[in-house]
Amino acid sequence: MSLVNQPLVIAGREFQSRLLVGTGKFASPEAMRDALAASGTQLVTVALRRADLTGRKDPFANILDFIDPDRYLLLPNTSGAMNAGEAVRLARLAAAAGLPKWVKLEIHPDPRYLLPDPIETLAAAEVLVKEGFTVLPYINADPVLAKRLQEVGCATVMPLGSPIGSNRGVQTRDQIRIIIEQATVPVVVDAGLGAPSHAAEAMELGADAVLVNTAIAVAGDPCRMAIAFKLAVEAGRAAYEIGLAERLETANATSPLTAFLDAVPVS
Amino acid sequence: MHNLAGGDRLGSFSRVTFFDEFSRLPLAVLLRSATSASSASVRSSLASGVGSLSDFAALLSPAAGALLPELARRSQALTRQRFGRVIRLFAPLYLSNECINNCRYCGFSRDNPILRVTLSVADVVREARALGEQGFRNLLLVAGEHPRFVSNGYLAECIRALHAEVPSLSLEVGPMEAADYAPLVAAGAEGLVVYQETYDPIVYEAMHTAGPKRDFAWRMGTPERAYAAGFRRLGIGALYGLAAWRREALCVAAHAAYLLRHCWKAQVTISVPRLRPCAGEFQPLTSMSDRELVQLVCAFRLFLPDVGLVLSTREPAPLRDGLIPLGITLMSAGSHTEPGGYTGAGHDQTHLTQRGRIVPRAKGASEWAGTPDALTKATGQFEIADTRSAAEVSALIARLGYEPVWKDWDPALSSAFPAAQAESSQAAA
Repeated sequence: MSLVNQPLVIAGREFQSRLLVGTGKFASPEAMRDALAASGTQLVTVALRRADLTGRKDPFANILDFIDPDRYLLLPNTSGAMNAGEAVRLARLAAAAGLPKWVKLEIHPDPRYLLPDPIETLAAAEVLVKEGFTVLPYINADPVLAKRLQEVGCATVMPLGSPIGSNRGVQTRDQIRIIIEQATVPVVVDAGLGAPSHAAEAMELGADAVLVNTAIAVAGDPCRMAIAFKLAVEAGRAAYEIGLAERLETANATSPLTAFLDAVPVS
Repeated sequence: MHNLAGGDRLGSFSRVTFFDEFSRLPLAVLLRSATSASSASVRSSLASGVGSLSDFAALLSPAAGALLPELARRSQALTRQRFGRVIRLFAPLYLSNECINNCRYCGFSRDNPILRVTLSVADVVREARALGEQGFRNLLLVAGEHPRFVSNGYLAECIRALHAEVPSLSLEVGPMEAADYAPLVAAGAEGLVVYQETYDPIVYEAMHTAGPKRDFAWRMGTPERAYAAGFRRLGIGALYGLAAWRREALCVAAHAAYLLRHCWKAQVTISVPRLRPCAGEFQPLTSMSDRELVQLVCAFRLFLPDVGLVLSTREPAPLRDGLIPLGITLMSAGSHTEPGGYTGAGHDQTHLTQRGRIVPRAKGASEWAGTPDALTKATGQFEIADTRSAAEVSALIARLGYEPVWKDWDPALSSAFPAAQAESSQAAA
């Protein structure tokens, strides 16, 4: 018997895998390609600043050549953009270069923690949605911002578990719980998931998907780590769909103390 | 106080500068730790996560040097975590070796009798294309300080000519006011590199004997003025070989930490250049061994996990190869330090200077350049040590298990991008 989870649906498009994978930090494009395949992902994000957007097929900026468009939906991201204007410009350029009109909107002006700027993100999302982009915004785990982004027509919200690349797991658990509870679009927990257990935890909470990059890319064996995340995401999702048992403050014996009442006929 | 004008960050630009903070640094205390911290205090600094400048000081100590394998292990893990298994590549493109400063350690010093040239914009484009063919998508435009030959208008013209072809352009030129930087940002430059050279004011004064560079505080405030003007990558560093390296390193670390706090949108990089032989035959006043350089790279990484660490071709190949997996994130390769070095551009335009004046060319006048080219080729700033080509260095990086990254920026992110200009003119209309 295998786990058959419900598919993930974003903007009307169906995905069997609930693991989104990023393409930065790998030791080589080949290592990235193999890890993507191992992860079973169907949605792959690439920083546009790493790609050639001129259409000249630049051999020194050929990251896109290693991502099979028949196998994965390419999700361009605007990493590097410091404000809405820059993000919008990058997204338009990518679309003009023939990339999918999907965009992972990332605006993090602070290069240290890469925390997203909520004001610029909302402004850019409004523009891009109006222009027909499918917008997946990377945000801090802020339930009100998530609502605002849903209202302007974003296809998902992508709250962070902890800062990008920090491997600290779901530190924003309570806020993410609220976002999930209130969401009308899929919630993708993005950033900070350093271990398969973190990914499973996010899925058990009810996240619709997770995005992982650093933990796979810098692992000693990226392919095996990709599989580990794949399994964790599937397990976490299955547990969520089945329904986790309630957490209790006290022990609850598997052989209840009152079992004798059932075992011994009492007259 | 220099007056600032222009730049969209000016409204929030703090009047406090790093110079104020620098003047208050408890350097004596920090230096004591950097020279004589105990092994126990090094371990305690490591255990606490190297959060403070005094933790950093301990990591510079001989006691920390004895723990170098441990430092290297931690530095490697942290660098991989923050930057991944990638090394970004860039190349310097020298526009001009004209200079009105006299810096005792620099080959371009005004009084050095060398062959000089300022490349025409067309020649700059030629050089950039040659570098582009090698793979470079990130160029550092370097020039001596000379208002007549290297005017702001000339720099802006060079940047405009390159912006469409070169995804990332940084500058290493004479310091300016924020108002003078702003047009260069508008033209498409996004990074600014300025080394303080030495953070010891007494040594600084002795080294810089003529020219505007004599103003120590003015130079120190340069990265902040550049940020105010809109530059988004700021590079700093000391030139090791002038003052005691531990003292320099403490000041660089304090400077970087300050920039991270005050220029929060900028990516900060630190270079670790050691003095190389150059025209003028200056002998380094202090030394830093290879082992100490490695220790310094690890210490910078542990104290400043997100700062880019830059290594140039000043260092020999084996040392560079060894440093790649330890904390370096940005490297140059196949570099030339003379204008026209990549294509021979401008060789027919060179002239000789004596004490800052152009003199008729005489055979053997630039003995230091002593090659068959010496009569025509402009003189380099310093000798490079790693002479491998960009392709060789790139292949080596891959063999070490890292991806050589050429393009990590896109011109669309710059306000000089044509679409951006169209947008702003629409907004104005």
